[in-house]
Amino acid sequence: MALTTAPDPTRRDTGSVRPDATRRGTGRIRHGEGLAGYVFLSPWLIGLMGVTALPMLLSLYLSFTNYDILTPFSEVEWVGLANYERMFTSDPSWWHSVRVTLSFALIAVPLKLAAALGVALLLNRAWRGVGLFRGLFYLPSLLGGSVALAIVWVNMFNREGAFNSFLAVFGIQGRPWVNDPDWALETLMVLAIWQFGAPMVIFLAGLKQVPTELYEAASVDGAGRFRQFVNVTLPMLSPVIFFNLVLETINGFQGFTAAFVLSNGTGGPVDSTLMYTLNLYIAGFTDLEMGYASAMAWVFLVAIAVITAVFFGTGRFWVHYSDGEDR
Amino acid sequence: MVASTVARPVAARPQRPRSRSWLRLVVLLAIVAVVLYPLIWMIGTSFKSPQEIVNNIGLLPERFTPGNYTDGWRNFDVSFGRFFLNSAMVSLLTVIGNAVSCLLAAYAFARLRFRLRGVWFAVMIGTLLLPGHVLIVPQYILFRSLGLVGGDWPYLPLLIPQFLATEAFFVFLMVQFIRGIPRELDEAARIDGANAFGIFRHVILPLSRPALVTTAIFSFIWTWNDFFRQLVFLSSLSDYTVPVALTLFIDSTSQSAVGPMFAMSVLSLLPVFLFFVAFQRLLVEGINTSGIKG
Repeated sequence: MALTTAPDPTRRDTGSVRPDATRRGTGRIRHGEGLAGYVFLSPWLIGLMGVTALPMLLSLYLSFTNYDILTPFSEVEWVGLANYERMFTSDPSWWHSVRVTLSFALIAVPLKLAAALGVALLLNRAWRGVGLFRGLFYLPSLLGGSVALAIVWVNMFNREGAFNSFLAVFGIQGRPWVNDPDWALETLMVLAIWQFGAPMVIFLAGLKQVPTELYEAASVDGAGRFRQFVNVTLPMLSPVIFFNLVLETINGFQGFTAAFVLSNGTGGPVDSTLMYTLNLYIAGFTDLEMGYASAMAWVFLVAIAVITAVFFGTGRFWVHYSDGEDR
Repeated sequence: MVASTVARPVAARPQRPRSRSWLRLVVLLAIVAVVLYPLIWMIGTSFKSPQEIVNNIGLLPERFTPGNYTDGWRNFDVSFGRFFLNSAMVSLLTVIGNAVSCLLAAYAFARLRFRLRGVWFAVMIGTLLLPGHVLIVPQYILFRSLGLVGGDWPYLPLLIPQFLATEAFFVFLMVQFIRGIPRELDEAARIDGANAFGIFRHVILPLSRPALVTTAIFSFIWTWNDFFRQLVFLSSLSDYTVPVALTLFIDSTSQSAVGPMFAMSVLSLLPVFLFFVAFQRLLVEGINTSGIKG
């Protein structure tokens, strides 16, 4: 209801009622407004300095130390690049967690987006009941990273779980999926794919923006359903696909709760679910190697920044903006 | 993908064959079954007796036994009621903190002119992409050295950031929203003698209700579901929130704990589910327009 007037990121600054009044004084700060601006901004500024910037600097410093939280700050030892060296050269579990996280993101994210797009296409017509389906499909996303959902998942895919009894109906011998190093991560992927609802809703919004004339024109040109999908739907939807891809990839890298619950905080069985963030948690809060964990956090941050930059760099080759402003 | 999605110009085409729309309905119902099965199975299992949990793997119990709920409620030294109270308090205070602090910052960004505004705005957008896992170690050290971790009121490390507008997403959402409020209203108020504070109080605040409601709902759900920060900052049993308490069941891997564990899991999802039922349209439209994820 209320949200019909909600902000639309794609539309800012366009049709808004903004006469010259806004540009008054071109950049000159109205009397008293500069102060008021900082008064209103002060909570955010304090937060930025105290809870974000200072911790980040602290973390950067600690990543060059052997800080373990038990020894006082005054006795912290500067170890130079030792933490980073250890990470890259002599910590197989770190490399392993990188591989686990990458394979999770590379497999689960595309499948999740494909499921989201497929279902969105099925729902993309006005008929009674479409709202109900949309809501039901969105529900798992909403319950999201909750512990309860992870608990259910683990129990559904253990030896006596519902999934195996489902397989038994077809005479298939199941296995203890969550306790099998070859399959534990896959069950987490299925959990992620199951939560396709949030990107689906965004796809639905994008599909509504595609002008029907394009389909009419394509069909006049003799294009069948498949060609219409490839030549009209996909290009027109590319900004939304891009948006979902960036968001879901970053989310995928940060998966923690389900991996923690499945392995009871160990990353097992046999490190098969040792997601990067779980490895970081273990280093910092189980092994109390805060210096090493800080180094891991910084590598993570740089990796996310690089991946985002790569997305935006390659995006201009395939993301198509209909207003001609290809960036 | 089978059935026809692209074809929206219904009028322009001959009516599609009935079989097609039947096919799509069947496919959709199959997906509904897959999506809902785990949830229904969870609720069903929570009402099964211990023997039935082992023997009957079906969706629903043969005999409904509410015992798991009473057992789960008192399974630990501290009653689950306490965990729910803790979670409710943290979530509600987070809602208040986010709504207030993010709206203040958003008003400044959207309406006021001050030195370095562009720079601060860019920084705010930059923090949007900052993963919480990167900050957790130094924040823990910082709050610990201030004596706030496990202190007299152990929720301060969870709440302080929320009162300082660190949830950049909500700031961004509200900036976009405020930009949609006509500037003429500001000007009219200004002519009536209002200053920046007056305009905030009498124009922006009342008109921002939809954005505040969206922020409140998602803020509540995210905090209620959050596990990572609560796991890190809460260390004594009586301070635990629901998600952290639920993991206690996993430690006790005995078969008899499965029923109570499921019962408490169902209860833990109940507030979010009720929000879902009450605000379904708003939630779905909320992610449409703002890209908020679940």
